Amino acid sequence: MMQQAVEAGVRHVPGRPIYQLRNVSRSYGAFRALTGINLDLTEGSFSSVIGPSGCGKTTLLKIMAGLAPPSTGSVILNGRPVMGPQRQIGMMFQQATLLPWRTAIDNILLPIEIRDGRQAARAHRDDAGALLDLVGLKGFENAYPRQLSGGMAQRTAICRMLITRPEVLLLDEPFSALDELSRDNMNLELQRVCLARNATAFLITHSIPEAVFLSDTVYIMSARPGRFSEAVTIDLPRPRTLEMMTTPEFGAYVTYIRNRLDEGAAP
Amino acid sequence: MITVKGQPIRTTNETFPETVWAEHVAHIDRIPRPIAMIGLLLIFLGLWQAVHVFGLVSPIILPSPAEVGRDILFVGSNLISGGYMLSAMWITAQEALLGFAFAITIGFSLGVLVGETSFGERAVLPYLVAIDTMPKVAFAPLFLAWLGFGISSKVALAAFIATFPIVVGTASGLYAADENARALFRSMGASRWQTLWRLKIPNGLPQIFTGLKIGAVGVMAGAITAEFLGGGKGLGELIRVAASQLQTPRVFSLILYLSLLGYLLFWTVVLLERRLVFWHRASATGIEEAR
Ligand SMILES: Nc1ncnc2c1ncn2[C@@H]1O[C@H](COP(=O)(O)OP(=O)(O)O)[C@@H](O)[C@H]1O
Ligand SMILES: [Mg+2]
Repeated sequence: MMQQAVEAGVRHVPGRPIYQLRNVSRSYGAFRALTGINLDLTEGSFSSVIGPSGCGKTTLLKIMAGLAPPSTGSVILNGRPVMGPQRQIGMMFQQATLLPWRTAIDNILLPIEIRDGRQAARAHRDDAGALLDLVGLKGFENAYPRQLSGGMAQRTAICRMLITRPEVLLLDEPFSALDELSRDNMNLELQRVCLARNATAFLITHSIPEAVFLSDTVYIMSARPGRFSEAVTIDLPRPRTLEMMTTPEFGAYVTYIRNRLDEGAAP
Repeated sequence: MITVKGQPIRTTNETFPETVWAEHVAHIDRIPRPIAMIGLLLIFLGLWQAVHVFGLVSPIILPSPAEVGRDILFVGSNLISGGYMLSAMWITAQEALLGFAFAITIGFSLGVLVGETSFGERAVLPYLVAIDTMPKVAFAPLFLAWLGFGISSKVALAAFIATFPIVVGTASGLYAADENARALFRSMGASRWQTLWRLKIPNGLPQIFTGLKIGAVGVMAGAITAEFLGGGKGLGELIRVAASQLQTPRVFSLILYLSLLGYLLFWTVVLLERRLVFWHRASATGIEEAR
């Protein structure tokens, strides 16, 4: 904990740029799903996007990940244009999407196996075990996904994301299918990992407290067409603790964002 | 202490009497499975014997259960002692197995073509659907004309019948991979080949096995039909000859052993499915359990 607190001190120093999005838009036929997105993420920063359903959050994430092309604009990652899937990105989705015919550890090793082959995957077994340990799943190496609860499956998905040591984490509502208790634990876990690895994270969420808890910046999106309407800087010290969620400052951030979202939703 | 408006939070911790009661299960549902199955068989045999005792149907059309039973033993001993019936059974088995092997090879390849490429889906699938709706047995005379009266024409019809369910099973299995899993594989930078072998095919095994099971039934039907129409030395020929000589008990017992052959093939597929698709609920248990 102490060591992480020390590392956390570096966070608010503006780091080197990781992501630069300029005037990104995306249309499906005549429907404009996203317009005029500009975004700068610096190394080690944690940002969240919050906005109504269908405002284009997933579309944006897929464009950032190189899973879909933008209609206009440019996406630069580490100084290079994104024109396809990127090695240094780890992704997580709302569903854990574990392969049911693979054990937990083989699911975690899947990205290595895809990238470098079976032999490399075997060589990383210890790493995968250590990750399971980290998320409190020691002893579940050989469990199949159906033997895992929703929270345990999502923890395994975290390990699968982390096994390649990605510099950038793109997270699409990763914990929204979980109950509140598991969710709080996941948030702590995620913060710990990001701080320890100085990873840059971009999180889509529907939970305002989750966004405030994790983020340095919360981007508020509005719909039709999807765009950023505001960026809220969260000035709370790190590492953040669950107790901080009951402080007046935390409550003020939550209330502010909720009000802005309600205004955006009004006709 | 945590307080609300200066008061401690109130909690209650009453105890209640237990309300344990047995759920009602109908008597008929309490009968254990072996007893239920054997009981039903005995009722069936009893009705059959009654038809015979009261002379409702001529014994040439429907022999008594005892007569059929004797013939089953006779055919069984011929099979065990390696008589001519065993070689007939072996020929039919070869036709079915070879037909199945061809059907799996062709069906799986076409299924991958249809399920994986949009060319296959747009250009090949419509023709497959059109052929699949035809009564495939009608092709038997063609196969006989092309391949003669030996084993190959039987293999061909068996394979022809069994190929289509395997194509459909494979293609729908490949479609079954959900968008999340596909996105996951794309985000990991997986190649099309890797996505096919590590995601779509294993994920589609339940559907593929459904096709294989339908195909396993189909090859038996195909082999026997071709034997009826094209002779040869298989079980189908024995059945046809016995029926033409009005040896009805023999027909019954040959059908029984033929069914055993089909059952064996079907069960081989089911056991393989249970091994490979252990992770899929409906494949590992449920309706399959009863088979
Ligand atoms: N492939 C697609 N084709 C057509 N419309 C799409 C497609 N993907 C998303 N959309 C539309 O774009 C909008 C934004 O979708 P999405 O990014 O998934 O929203 P969010 O993740 O914020 O809920 C929605 O209105 C959705 O219907
Ligand atoms: Mg979404």
